[in-house]
Amino acid sequence: MLVRSSQRAAQSLLRGSRPTARGMASVSTDIFKPTKFGGKYTVTLIPGDGIGAEVSETVKEVFKADNVPVEWEQVDVSGMESGSKPSDDLFREAVASLKRNKLGLKGILHTPVERSGHQSFNVALRQELDIYASIVLIKNIPGYETRHKNVDFCIIRENTEGEYSGLEHQSVPGVVESLKIITRAKSERIAKFAFAFALANNRKKVTCIHKANIMKLADGLFRNTVKKVGEDYPTLESNDMIVDNASMQCVSRPQQFDVMVMPNLYGGILSNIGAGLVGGPGIVPGCNMGREVAVFEPGCRHVGLDIKDKGQANPSALLLSASMMLRHVGLDDHANRISKAVYDVIADPKSRTRDMGGNATTQQFTRAVLDKMEASG
Amino acid sequence: MVATRLIARPACRYLARASFTPSWTQARSYAAIAKNDRVAKFLGTKGNDGKYTVTLIEGDGIGPEIAQSVKDIFTAAKVPIKWESVDVTPQLKDGRTVIPQEAIDSVTRNYVALKGPLATPIGKGHVSLNLTLRRTFNLFANVRPCKSIAGYQTPYDNVDTVLIRENTEGEYSGIEHIVVDGVVQSIKLITRAASERVLRFAFQYALEVGKPKVRVVHKATIMKMSDGLFLRTARDVAKEFPQIEFDAELLDNTCLKMVTDPAPYADLVLVMPNLYGDILSDLCAGLIGGLGLTPSGNIGDECSIFEAVHGSAPDIAGKGLANPTALLLSSIMMLQHMGLHQHAEQIQTAIFKVLAEGKTITGDLGGKAKTHEYAGAVIKALN
Repeated sequence: MLVRSSQRAAQSLLRGSRPTARGMASVSTDIFKPTKFGGKYTVTLIPGDGIGAEVSETVKEVFKADNVPVEWEQVDVSGMESGSKPSDDLFREAVASLKRNKLGLKGILHTPVERSGHQSFNVALRQELDIYASIVLIKNIPGYETRHKNVDFCIIRENTEGEYSGLEHQSVPGVVESLKIITRAKSERIAKFAFAFALANNRKKVTCIHKANIMKLADGLFRNTVKKVGEDYPTLESNDMIVDNASMQCVSRPQQFDVMVMPNLYGGILSNIGAGLVGGPGIVPGCNMGREVAVFEPGCRHVGLDIKDKGQANPSALLLSASMMLRHVGLDDHANRISKAVYDVIADPKSRTRDMGGNATTQQFTRAVLDKMEASG
Repeated sequence: MVATRLIARPACRYLARASFTPSWTQARSYAAIAKNDRVAKFLGTKGNDGKYTVTLIEGDGIGPEIAQSVKDIFTAAKVPIKWESVDVTPQLKDGRTVIPQEAIDSVTRNYVALKGPLATPIGKGHVSLNLTLRRTFNLFANVRPCKSIAGYQTPYDNVDTVLIRENTEGEYSGIEHIVVDGVVQSIKLITRAASERVLRFAFQYALEVGKPKVRVVHKATIMKMSDGLFLRTARDVAKEFPQIEFDAELLDNTCLKMVTDPAPYADLVLVMPNLYGDILSDLCAGLIGGLGLTPSGNIGDECSIFEAVHGSAPDIAGKGLANPTALLLSSIMMLQHMGLHQHAEQIQTAIFKVLAEGKTITGDLGGKAKTHEYAGAVIKALN
């Protein structure tokens, strides 16, 4: 009893994977079953810290104005030390809500450096829900000039292991070991995802990013696994690149990249470099996908504590992530209307927010998006 | 049970390697550096002929050609240096890759070396030669300045960054093992001692080159203990340098801001653990036009090796097409390290002049000049 649209999404993700697929790759029936009640999808909304509240407000307004059949289930979990409810309870509530709804839109949660023993909620959420694949789209927005032209690539990042395993210990005072875990099962899973994604989205090339010349076993396993999976996709070009070279190529010739697949930490680095290429974290959308749950969040994960409540936040990243979410459940018309309006507003220097060199407040930007949508009917 | 086993293993390994003394309460006095002494001070002295001897590792591929340019220019500028060429072709000794004893002796004797690109043999079991050199001489800090070159256009101008990278541990500790088939653990090792050493060097370097600020790049939100230790150590060391401003930045922000606009990074020295340094230093090189234009210095307590970090380019070797700029700029860093500031300044001005004129530049920069023609132009510009 799959909803038509989600079935399509699932198929597009799985296309090309073989029936003999081993391990953690899954059968089509257990991917993505967002539920629709009374013609509406219930979506968990986690505004997050920093600019989260402001930009979530924008998304809510825009969705309402476009009559998007989405019911929000908001959970105000926070990584900051505040709030009436203990944050751990709220975190559990968020996880439960996402498990129920299978669909979420999320801002970024703050992770304090100083508090020991407190794991990042962002990471914990990804591990808890096993949303293993992070997708970040790095693309020039027409009309917004940056140093590099024709940038259009996509970063697929393993989200649940690697350097973010959270396993650390102090052997003796002053000596700390931090474990990076790479497993074949999870490498294979993310590799399959990347190739299937490339195929479904008409991409031509998958580049594996690694540091196997130094971390011969860990990154070696990752690279070899990706390479092997790539053999199942003869129509796609497949190559690999060392992460330091990749970051250099990114700032000198970013046009050469198409789909990139990599372990956790490198993903964080390259998505930030990528965001820098096309105009900053305010416009880069992203999503985290698992077998059951998909959580959409700004691709370049910045909390924005410094501009909180100043009305300067750029809601584009969350709006574009939200339209990715709508496409994911097959509400393409709404998605296109919203994303087109966002692009049109950005193309006009007058209504840009401060991060893009304009003067508009979040409110004014939102207003402009709403006006564009109304004008286009 | 399983967890304890996994964790206990690397710990034992470390303890076994580290010939650990129980005096860690005074871990402050790492190595033999007194608090006010310079880290990695140049210890060489002039010989009877009034010249310093410098070990020269010409390297593979284009190495000999670009080394020749350096030699010619140094002779023309009357730099008080004589070269001692050594071969570092790796040998296998007791199943381990080692460099020839003569090379080690030469560097140890001279305290300083200049190195061209080395080709890493492909295949199993070979540790990269660069890594071997770093380990042999305990070169704990890698210094990578990047400055925009007038006359060579990239999407970024006014880049002027200095990046210092911890070179001995971190993600590149080399401690890895297969737990069970398909599950690998790789250990990032951060110690207070090594962190303190590189951090102190960073502050000292900032003082030397006149940068008012040191910034630590970290990911302590996720790696709370390891990067946390690096960050805490930095805060402690910063107290010893009240004249230098200190702050910290999350790796993500550094990547983002540097690519968006590198200009604000001009007045600071960045210091960070191994992997981040590796990635960001190449990123900076990308900003100004690639590895052919960036110098690098590997600093150790006993000796230091300055090198070109680009590849050996076997495809153009021997054709006179190679660009010696990276090795030249590295040799200038070396002169500064040796205290020969005047010569350094003179040669650097000449190089930048030739590059800015853009008439006699090599093919990789869009010119037509041969390697020796470029060197000749630099020599002409010396006066």
